[in-house]
Order: sequence, then structure tokens, then C-alpha cells
Amino acid sequence: MGHSAPKIVNPEGIAEEIGALLGSMLIETIDHADELTFVVARDDLANAMVALRDMAHYQQLMEIAGVDYPERPDRFEVAYHLLSVTRNHRVRVKVSTDEDTPVPTVTHLWPVAGWLEREVFDMYGVIFDGNTDLRRILTDYGFKGHPQRKDFPLTGYVELRYSEEDKRVVYEPVKLAQDFRSFDFMSPWEGAQYVLPGDEKAAAPAAPAAAPAAAPTPKATESKADTGAGDAANKKAEEKSADAPAKPAAETDEGKGAAKPEGKA
Amino acid sequence: MSDYLEKMDHVTDAADPAYGDTEIQNYTINFGPQHPAAHGVLRLVMELDGEIVERCDPHVGLLHRGTEKLIEYKTYMQALPYFDRLDYCSPLGMEHSYVLAVEKLLNLEVPLRAQYLRVFFAELTRICNHMLNLGSHVMDVGAMTPNLWLFEIREDCLNFFERASGARMHSAYFRPGGVHQDVPLKLLTDIADWLDTRLPRLFEDAMSLVVDNRIFKQRNVDISIVSKEDALKWGFSGPMLRGSGIAWDIRKAQPYDVYDRMDFDVPVGTAYDCYDRFMVRVEEVRQSARIMKQCLNEMPEGPIASFDRKVSPPKRGEMKRDMEALIHHFKLYTEGFHVPAGEVYVATESPKGEFGVYLVSDGSNKPYRCKIRPTAFSHLQAMDFMMKGHMLADTTAVLGAMDIVFGECDR
Repeated sequence: MGHSAPKIVNPEGIAEEIGALLGSMLIETIDHADELTFVVARDDLANAMVALRDMAHYQQLMEIAGVDYPERPDRFEVAYHLLSVTRNHRVRVKVSTDEDTPVPTVTHLWPVAGWLEREVFDMYGVIFDGNTDLRRILTDYGFKGHPQRKDFPLTGYVELRYSEEDKRVVYEPVKLAQDFRSFDFMSPWEGAQYVLPGDEKAAAPAAPAAAPAAAPTPKATESKADTGAGDAANKKAEEKSADAPAKPAAETDEGKGAAKPEGKA
Repeated sequence: MSDYLEKMDHVTDAADPAYGDTEIQNYTINFGPQHPAAHGVLRLVMELDGEIVERCDPHVGLLHRGTEKLIEYKTYMQALPYFDRLDYCSPLGMEHSYVLAVEKLLNLEVPLRAQYLRVFFAELTRICNHMLNLGSHVMDVGAMTPNLWLFEIREDCLNFFERASGARMHSAYFRPGGVHQDVPLKLLTDIADWLDTRLPRLFEDAMSLVVDNRIFKQRNVDISIVSKEDALKWGFSGPMLRGSGIAWDIRKAQPYDVYDRMDFDVPVGTAYDCYDRFMVRVEEVRQSARIMKQCLNEMPEGPIASFDRKVSPPKRGEMKRDMEALIHHFKLYTEGFHVPAGEVYVATESPKGEFGVYLVSDGSNKPYRCKIRPTAFSHLQAMDFMMKGHMLADTTAVLGAMDIVFGECDR
């Protein structure tokens, strides 16, 4: 029986029909999990959409989604989800682009694309050629960067708080009380592509081994120098409060002389 | 008085212009972000000519919490509670799309009782959502009492959610593979009684005050008419699309879970105005109650979650006795399950319209990308063309009929 997600029956020969309709604009047809995806050439996007809307009756543009694949040369994928309320069918149209190459807008076909394109621009920095109102939409006024890119940290770069002195909200670099924890559940024996914690010690040269021999630490605390407290603490210990009984001068001198660290030299 | 009029008649020079000669500038006002009728944190920058709205630029994103980014760093199970917090007025409607998307990628079969329970509680969510929307719409255009009565029904709904899942609002009740736990029989019988007695009494009482009310009609009839073509072009869905006369309901057209076994009607508008959108929702509440009764009649006994232990964790009691169950429990609550690589777009009929989840998996235990298709985003975008030429006071009626919640719009 399988899953119980919305049942969408692909009409007979729909892939061939749309393939013929798009002709040379089509790069690839993907049929995965009963969903049809048509990858089209970026420059032909608007024409392909006109064909899909007017010839194939996909009246509604429901969603434009960006996806970031940083390892690809054209790192961004823009996926358009179309719905036909007369044929009761959905298709997905995809183009790919990089940071600088604009994607043609579809706002003249569907006015709803205006905000959807603005969102993809805001989140990924994909530029839409022909969209006259390409402002940021979801992020803050004056926000910098494109937060959905994979190289944008989850915590962002700035945090804001209300400053009592300035009587306004101020922006500051993000300070984390606890480091961001990312748990990796990849099995080490199933081809994890990183050094396991602790393994880096095995590979490192045995350089630090020589260090302890140079400074033998005293085993007993016979003089003040052996306490390991350091100069500052020893000096502080020398200070006498006003009502303390006076001690013989010789003892004080010995203490001062011993304050010079011998073992650490 | 006559002196004054005489004087007015003769003054014509530009330095001291008479009444009617002055050039009145349009002015721009901010509606929100803190406004009780803005249903959250909506900022509308409106250009007004007198009281007529010439241009309306909604600024959204004031409640943007980066849900989609956060989900990329969570396992599939941990990502689920974020959906409750999107549209916090209909949490289970949001969860429904997500669990179906995950199940579609996994091609996971869900036991029949779990499917019934999901449909049952999704419809209860619809009632709960519409109580809030209808009530606040009525209140936005000036009536107080119906809202209070409808809130009583909403309170009942929230109590039922609490008895089913332990939480009044953020239930996290639907899980990939089924639902979290079975419901007690007493809860089902109580809801059955409620559907027969309390819901119709309170709801029909409240509606009798509103639907034929002269003031309510004056504020809503013929306000912001959206034609079928416009509704399609602007990506409308749900009651907004049906209010524009298009009989499109994903529960009917692309049935999921056990909606294909349910017998219900899809109301559509005839005048395409705010009043129609309101009345579509009113009828949907009745149809939801009808679906819930069918669920109660037909719901079989049986498991409430998949037995695929690589996805659905064992019960706690089982975990205490069985070593294998313990291992599965531990693995599922730390690493979570892996989802085969691929991408799906799953849209369900949430109370507000088409709520879609575009899920891209790379085969790991975390979603590579989870794009959420909110309903309010497209509806709010149409605000400009829906408001053009209307009075400032109509803004609240148009907004109320859109049913917007900013948790979902801004994500």
C-alpha cells in the first residue's frame, strides 16, 4: 500500500507531453517518488513557464524554493512548484544558477512570484532579472548576508539587545555562552570522512615529551618558593597587617630571598 | 452665514485658495506592527487618499525565526515540533504535511487507526482554527459577543488536544509512522458527545448573531471581490480560493490518509467577497464535524504507529523489557532515522489553505533542505490589489477574511 501522502496520479504520458512541449528548453526529466521534475535551461525559464501555463494548463504557481549545493559550479537550484487545478496534477520545474547569474523572473506570468522571488533572493542571494521589487523580505531591515546558504552559520553574525544607555536596540557581534554543538552520528567504521577525536594525537610527532624533563618540580614544600604560588602570591604573603606582632628581621630577609623562583628558571 | 458664503464665492486668488482649490496630498500611514487587528506583527505601509487606500505595502518578517535553517540542523524527529510553532492556531495541520512528506520519502505505510486518528485530530484542528478566525474576524468588524462564545468552543478543543497529547497547543502528536500515542476511549466518547451537543449549540448560536446581521453584512458584502482568474494568479488556496468560487480542496482532489473514505461537501463562494470567505469557513466547521463523526464510526482498533522499528520507536514499556527495543529506542532518540535521498513536495489542506513542505534529503539523518510553503505568504501579497480603492476601515475585514498567522507567514 505504501505511504498515505496526497495521492497524485500522473496522467498517462504526461512526461512525454510536457517533454514535447518544452522541446529544446528541457535539459532533464526526473521522475522520483511519483513526482515529475523538469530541469530547464535557465535562459528559457520564462518561455517554458508560458508553455506550461497556457498549453499544459498549470494555472497556479504555488511555491518557489531555493536549494544550495555549495560543491556544484552552479550552486543554487531554484525549484518552481506548479499546480493544475483542472488536471489535478503537480509538476516541479528547476533551474540552477550561481551567485552572479540572474534567473529570469516569472512575475509577469504570476504576480504571486513577486514575494516568492524576493524570498529566494533574501535567503540565497539569487538575482531575478526583471523583478522590479527585489527587496529583502523576511530578514531584518539592513540585514547583511543570505542566511539559508550552507556557509552561513546557524547562529548568524550579529545579535541585538536593548541598550539602556542608548535607549535603543543595538547590534553586537554574536557571543555564545556555549559553543555550538553539532553531533555527528556517522559510524566511524562506515567511511566517516574526518579524523576521530583523539586520533590526531597518534599522528602528531612526540615533541612535547622533552618538556617535563627541563623543569624538575620539588616534591616537598620546604620553602615558600616550593609552594608554586608564584611571585605575586609570595609578595602578598609578605605583607603584614598593622596589628601583627613584629618578627625578627633575619627571617623576613630569608623569605624575601626565597621568593625568587629557582625551580622554574 | 450668508456673509460667509458670499465671501467664499468671491475668493479666487491663488495666495488664499477657496474650498476645493487646494491640492490635497496623499499621505502614508503605518498600520501596525502593533495593532490588535493586524493579527500579529504585520506592518502595512498604506498610502491613503482621504480614507481611500491607494497603495498597500505589507512588511512581513517581523516574526522570522529561521525555522527552515534550524530544521537543517535537527534530525527528522527533532524537526517536528517546529511545525507546531509555525501556525500556532492550527498546529496539527502543520505537522500533517511534514509527517506525510517524511513518510513519502521513506515510502512508509501507516496503520489504519493512526490514519483515522490523524484525520480526526486534523479536523478538530480545523474547527479550533476556524473558531479563532471567525471570532476575530467578527470582532475586527465590530461585534464582541460571538467571539467570546466561539472561544468557548476553542477552549474545549484545546482541552481535547491536551487529553490526547499532553499539550494544549504544541501537541507534537503526529509522528512519522503514525501518531505518538493512542487516545483513551473516554476521550473519543467525550468528543462524540461534544460534537452532538455542545459544538452545534454554541456554534449555531454564535453564527445566528452574525451571518444575517445587518452591520456585519455592511462591513463584508462586496468588500474586496477577487475573481477566479485573480485567485489563481495570486496563488490563493484553501478558503480563499473556494471563496472565489473554485471548488478546489486537496482533501478531495488529492486525498491523503483516509480522506478518500470520508463523505463531505466542499463549500464555494458565489460573490467572491469577504462575506463569502467567512461563510465558506462557517460551512467548513460543519463539514469538519461531519468528518469527525464518520471517523468515530469507522475507526478500527489496532496499532497507532508503524512497526518499522528503524523509523518508529518502541513503546517505553517494551523498551524496559527487551534488549532490541532498548537499542532501537536509544538509536532513534539520538541519531534518529535516515531518510533515503530524494525530494518531495507534499501539500495538505491546512485550515488556512495549501500548506506545503518541500523536503530535500541527502540520505542522512537530517533534512538537507526543508522549504515550508506558508499559506499566508501568497494571500498577504495580494493585499495590495485587494485593498486598492477600499476604505481604510475595510483593511480589518480583508485581513480577517484572509486568516493570517504570522508564525507561519514569517517562519
